[in-house]
This record gives sequence, C-alpha cells and structure tokens, in this order.
Amino acid sequence: MTAMTDPQKESFRLSMLLNDTRYRSYTFQFIALVALIAAFAYLGSNLAANLRAAGLNISYEFLEEPSNYDINQTLIEYTSRSSHWRAAVVGVLNTLLVAFLACVTATIFGVIAGVLRLSNNWLVRKLMAAYVEAFRNVPVLIWIIIIFTIMTAVLPAPRDFRGDEAEASMVLGAFAFTNRGVYIPKPIFEPLGWVVLFVFVASIIGAVLYRRYATKLLYDTGKLLPMGWPTVAILFLPTIVAYFILGMPISLEYPELGGFNFRGGIQILGSLIALWFALAIYTGAFIAENVRAGILSVSRGQTEAAASLGLRPRRIMNLVVLPQALRVIVPPLISNYLNITKNSSLAIAVGYMDITGTLGGITLNQTGRAIESVLLLMLFYLLISLAISAVMNVYNNSIRLKER
Amino acid sequence: MSDMMQHQIDAFVRREMLPEREPPVTERGVVKWMRENLFSTIPNAILTVLALITLYYLLAGVLPWLLNGIWDAPSVRACRDILEGARGGCFAVLAERWNQLLFGFKYPSEEYWRPTLAFVLLFVAAAPVMFFKYLPRQMLLFTAIYPFLAYWLIWGGPILAPIVALLGFVVGYVVWSVVVKKSFAGAFFGAIAAAVVVWWIGGLFVEGLSSNTILPAVPSRDMGGFMLNMILGTVCVSLSLPFGIALALGRQSRMPIIKWVCIVFIEFIRGVPLITLLFVANVVLAYFLPPGTNFDLILRVIIMITMFASAYIAEVIRGGLAALPRGQYEAADSLGLDYPQAMRLIILPQALKISIPGIVNVAVGLFKDTTLVSIISMFDLIGMIRGPILASTEWNGVYWELLGFAALLFFIVCYGISQYSQWLERELNTDHR
Repeated sequence: MTAMTDPQKESFRLSMLLNDTRYRSYTFQFIALVALIAAFAYLGSNLAANLRAAGLNISYEFLEEPSNYDINQTLIEYTSRSSHWRAAVVGVLNTLLVAFLACVTATIFGVIAGVLRLSNNWLVRKLMAAYVEAFRNVPVLIWIIIIFTIMTAVLPAPRDFRGDEAEASMVLGAFAFTNRGVYIPKPIFEPLGWVVLFVFVASIIGAVLYRRYATKLLYDTGKLLPMGWPTVAILFLPTIVAYFILGMPISLEYPELGGFNFRGGIQILGSLIALWFALAIYTGAFIAENVRAGILSVSRGQTEAAASLGLRPRRIMNLVVLPQALRVIVPPLISNYLNITKNSSLAIAVGYMDITGTLGGITLNQTGRAIESVLLLMLFYLLISLAISAVMNVYNNSIRLKER
Repeated sequence: MSDMMQHQIDAFVRREMLPEREPPVTERGVVKWMRENLFSTIPNAILTVLALITLYYLLAGVLPWLLNGIWDAPSVRACRDILEGARGGCFAVLAERWNQLLFGFKYPSEEYWRPTLAFVLLFVAAAPVMFFKYLPRQMLLFTAIYPFLAYWLIWGGPILAPIVALLGFVVGYVVWSVVVKKSFAGAFFGAIAAAVVVWWIGGLFVEGLSSNTILPAVPSRDMGGFMLNMILGTVCVSLSLPFGIALALGRQSRMPIIKWVCIVFIEFIRGVPLITLLFVANVVLAYFLPPGTNFDLILRVIIMITMFASAYIAEVIRGGLAALPRGQYEAADSLGLDYPQAMRLIILPQALKISIPGIVNVAVGLFKDTTLVSIISMFDLIGMIRGPILASTEWNGVYWELLGFAALLFFIVCYGISQYSQWLERELNTDHR
C-alpha cells in the first residue's frame, strides 16, 4: 500500500504528443480535424470554382417559380401553375401514402408468412420458405417492374369492358381492373355521413379504452372481463345503428364506363399499386423472418411454465409468448418500415410521382438545380429516418428488460 | 387355489417370442407422415388443401409456359407463329440477346472472352478466401493479384497501369511489414507514403509508354448487362469492408472528434436512399471535383455505392464489437498490447466472426441494389431489358421471359451467397455446444 504514490510529475516535452497516451489522442484528433477541414475546404473551393465557371449560384428561389408540369396523382390541390415547392409537397405526401400502405400490407404478409413458417404443416411450411427465399433474393426493383408490367400490359384496357360480349368485366360490379389503374367505389358523404364517421372514430377510442380498463382490472383485482366480442360490438354496433338512424347518409359512387375511360369512383394508379405491392411483398419476406426469429426466441420453458400455472393456450400466447416475442420483433420491424420508406424512392422507375419523382426528377431536370434539389431530397429522407429511429429508441427504452 | 393358479400360469407361459408385427397402416409410412404433417387437425387440413390449390394454379400457369417455350426464333412474332395460340414462353429472346444481357450492347463482341475469363478467375481468386481451411495459403497470392488482372482484362489498355498500381501496393506492404514492429502508426503512414511515391513515379512512365497495348482499351461507358452488376457488386463489397471496419472502430473510439465524424457520416448515409446517392454520383459529384477533371460515371457510382455499403457494414461490425464480452478488451489491455495490436490480434478476429451473417446480408442487399443504376440510365441487366431489348421491334412485349431470367440470375447469386454464409457460420462455430 505504501508503494502506491503518484507518478512523478514530468515536465511536458514535445515527443509526449506522440508517445504519451494522455496527449496522443489530442494529436490524432487535431490531425483528423485539420484533414477534415482541408478536405471540406478543397471540395468547397472546387464547388465555388465550378459554379463560377457555369455561371450558377446556390439559391432556392426556383422553388417559388411555377412548375409547368402535371402530376397524375395529387392528394392536395395542384395544377401545373403551382410552384415547384407545391410539387415537392405533393411528392412528399405521395411518398408517405405509398410508404404507409406498404408498411401495413407488409406487416400483414410478414406476420402470416412468419407464423405459417412455424406451422406443423409440412406443405405450408415449405411454401412459405419458398416465398421468403424467392422474394428476399431478388432485387425489389425487379419485383416493382414485374408487378407494374402486370398492371399495365396484362390487365385489359377500359375499352375491353364495353359492349355485351365484353372481354373483361368488373369484379362484383364495383371494381374495375384496367391497364390505366384500378377503379374502386368512392364513398360519398352527405353532411350527416360525417356524423357516422365521427361515431366510428369515437367507438375505436371507446374500444381501446375498454381494453385498457379490462387489462387494468385484471392486473389489479384478478377479475377477468371478456375481451373479444365486446371489442367487436363496441367497434361496429354504434356505427351501424347511427348509419341507419340517420337515414343511410353514406352512399357509394360506382365507377362507370363512359367515353374511353371509367368515370366516377376512385382511380388507383397502376404505378402506385405496383410500388405498394412490390414493397409489401418484398419487405414482407424480411418481416416473416423477423417474426419467426421472435417467436423462436421465446424459450419453450416459458410456454411450459405458463401451462403449469394453468393458463390456456390462447392466454399463454397473449400474456406470455407475444409480449416477449414482440421485444425481439419490433426493432427490426421498425427498421424494415424505414427500408420501405427509403425503397419507395424507386417510384421513379415506374413513374409514380413521389418526392424523388417530382423534386428529384422533373423539377431537377427542368430547372437544372441539381445540388439544391438533391440536398432537399436527402434532407427529407434524413428527417423521416431520424424521426423513425427516435421512435424506435423510445420504444426500445420502454421495453428494455429492467434488471435489478 | 394356489395349485390352480400354478396350473393356469403354466398353461399360459409362452416358449417363443411372438413375431414382430408391423404397426397399423395409419401409423406407418406415407400415411403416418401425411397424418402428422398435413392433416393433423382440421384447420391444418384446410391449410393443406389451400396450399395444394395454390400450388396447382402456380404450376398450371408456369409449367406449360416453361415446357412449351420456343428457344429458336428471330422475333416475338415468329414465336407466336410457331406457338399458334398455344401457351408458351418465347425464350428465343434469351438465346438471341444472350450476349447483350450479359455484356451490354456496346462491349466489343470479339472481346467477350475477357470479361468471361475475369469472371471465371474470380472464383479462383475468391476460393482461397472462402474456403481458407481447405486450400493452400499460397493461392492467396493470386487473390492479391486478381483485382489488377481483372481490371486489365475488362478495361484493357496499357498493361503498365495495373502493374504500377500493384507495385505501389507491394512496396507499401514491404515498408509496412518492416516498420510495423517498431510502430503501427509509422508503418501505416510510411506504407501510404511509399505507395504514393511509387504511383507518382510510375504514372510518369505509364504516360510515356501508353501506346504499347496488348488488349485494346474498352471505355467504361461500354460496360453493361449483368457484367456491370457483377463489377459493381464485387468492387463495392470488397472496398467497403476495410472502410466499414475503419468507420466502426472510429465510432467506438474514445476520441470525440473522430467519433462524431464517423457517427455523422454513418447516420447520414443510412438515412438517405441509395437512389439519392446515385443522383449525387450522376449530377452533383462533378461539381465537387477540380474543374476540368472528368470522372467516369462508373467510377463515380462505385465511390457512392462504396460509401453507402461501408456505412451499413460499419453498423454490422459495430454490433460485432459490442457483442464481444468486455473481458476480451480487458484481457488484451492486461497483456500489454497497444490499441492496433489488441484490435488486430484479439478484438477484430472475434468481432468479424460474429458479424459474418450481417456482412453477408449487406453484401447480398448491395448486390441487389446494383440494379438501381438502371435508373440513372446505365445499362445494367435491368437497364438492358427495359431499354434496348424491350424497346426493339423484334422483342417488344416479351416481359416475362426477360424479367424471369433477371430474377433467376439474381436469385442464384444471392441464394448461393447466403447458403455459403450459413456454411461458413457452422464452420467457424467454436463454441462446443
């Protein structure tokens, strides 16, 4: 113990910058910083020289100018007189739309395939393995193009629906699958219809509240309320009653053949469907593997322990296996959502006007503002991915195993 | 009473074993297997029937198309004439445009043997790395030479250029191995300096002697077809590995500046889609280069894809580094190893082994993503199909044959790689469970 004394104070020598671990890291960081600044200065001076030579400058004024191009699917009001900025916003909304649709569908595909891969049915197991391998190992671009080809080259043209001996007919009289897109009935809301919609939203909230209450009651008192049928009842009964009491204020407008094309209803573009389904089915294969890994990660002992406590299989699934499996499933699931959002930029391959198609495509080509457009484009995707990873971090922290 | 029992028991004692009987029909062979695996419960049986129906429709759709296929016809119209309305694929397009699909439409046809040879040699070069336990280590020498040989084979031009490049690496390596015993940092920077000097001197020679070519030069813009996918895939994966390791170590570093530079780079690259980086390669990167320089598009694309892949690989390797028990780091410290030694001898070998599955996933994903270059109008396999082939009058409308072929090609490569990685994991598995 007595031998432990402070090391002798040495005076600082220049060689210690390289040899002494206390100072060496400062030397390295200083060198790195200088190198970084030099690299940026070099790139910046090149940029300045190139811009001067081309007579350009960095400016975002072009966003205010009229865009002069049309967009085939707009969620907000937009004409070719609108500004480039407006076009970019339309693109953003289209990106978010296709990403949202694909995320929901991919989750459904993935969960079904993942659970079926663990089924004790040999044939189903093998089929699902084939699905997963086939879709994971082929580029998503090929799937997008394949589905787009189905949508545009295989489906009948609207004129094939004409006449008594038509080559094609509408499914259930309401859905028309044509090479110009899919036409589906459009709900028409009379003023009272919004009330029905409001009732439906309220009953969703009600159902969630009821389930929370039931769970709390179970944890606090051990009393078990039925969950399944009351949820369904709360969800649909008030809405149906309201619908009929208010005199059926929501009607459907069916698409009808008129002139050279269908009129009425909602037209879903083939490019949207191609992108949506290709992303969903491709990412679904990845999600299937996550789901499978998650379920397998819950050890058998957990199931057996729950069974020995006298829980029934359904409850074992809901109370023991799923909560633990979700801990493994959700983080990669969210990064798959992120992948879907980023892969939706492939829209440009099939002419779906998402942000890459508007800002990174036509706006860039029309105005020649490459640096500005690409920078904005990257910023948008960066914001989305940062937002999603923030959500993921919050979730990870909330479900982290609390040890000791 | 007891007498009677005795008597009875005597009467029922068997002298010989009964012959074994087979289990009942429902408990053996195919029937048992089907009962257990296909029809164990009613929902299961329903699933089986549904699966069979799906399978039937799939096969009924695909098989006639596959078996009736026409392999020899000059155009899609000729195909339809031969088929006379029957269902069948027009695979003649594959036979007819085979070279275009593989090499693009500009690569000179009398030079096709060069990329083919490079492709075959790729296996020879990759084999000692992939099956390092079973092949002699001397073969690694060929692996080291291969990049330069392949460059020379595919691009052609003066043979001196790849030789000088190789020479730079050799001199750098020699300097490194001499100095490394004294100081790692000194060896590292000394090697770089030596290599740069060799390249600079060699560059003067190459310019002077460039007229002397054995293989005619093929410009980069003539590359295309599946060859382009293979070039981008192999080059970018192999380049991104060292960069990815460096980034991962940087992100784990205790020096805040270096750590934050790495974090910003990695998160930025991972936050944007590859397509925007390709836009950068296509239209923006030129602004950041000295005025007057003109990079090949293929080189710009390689730079951007390598940056993209190295960010992802860095994250995978960071996972491997984090998965190592703390004790390994402490053990290395307690042996008195300095940072480079500890990393080289203790940490990285284990961390890399843990991250093999992740690295292979990134590699497969990257290889699939090389198809995106078709969007910035490079003629890779997809670009060839969507561009020159489907647009030609002869083959307008043969979608399924071409797209199916592309899908099959990618499937074979990607599935092969993932099978190899699973094999490698088993091979490297050192925990004796």
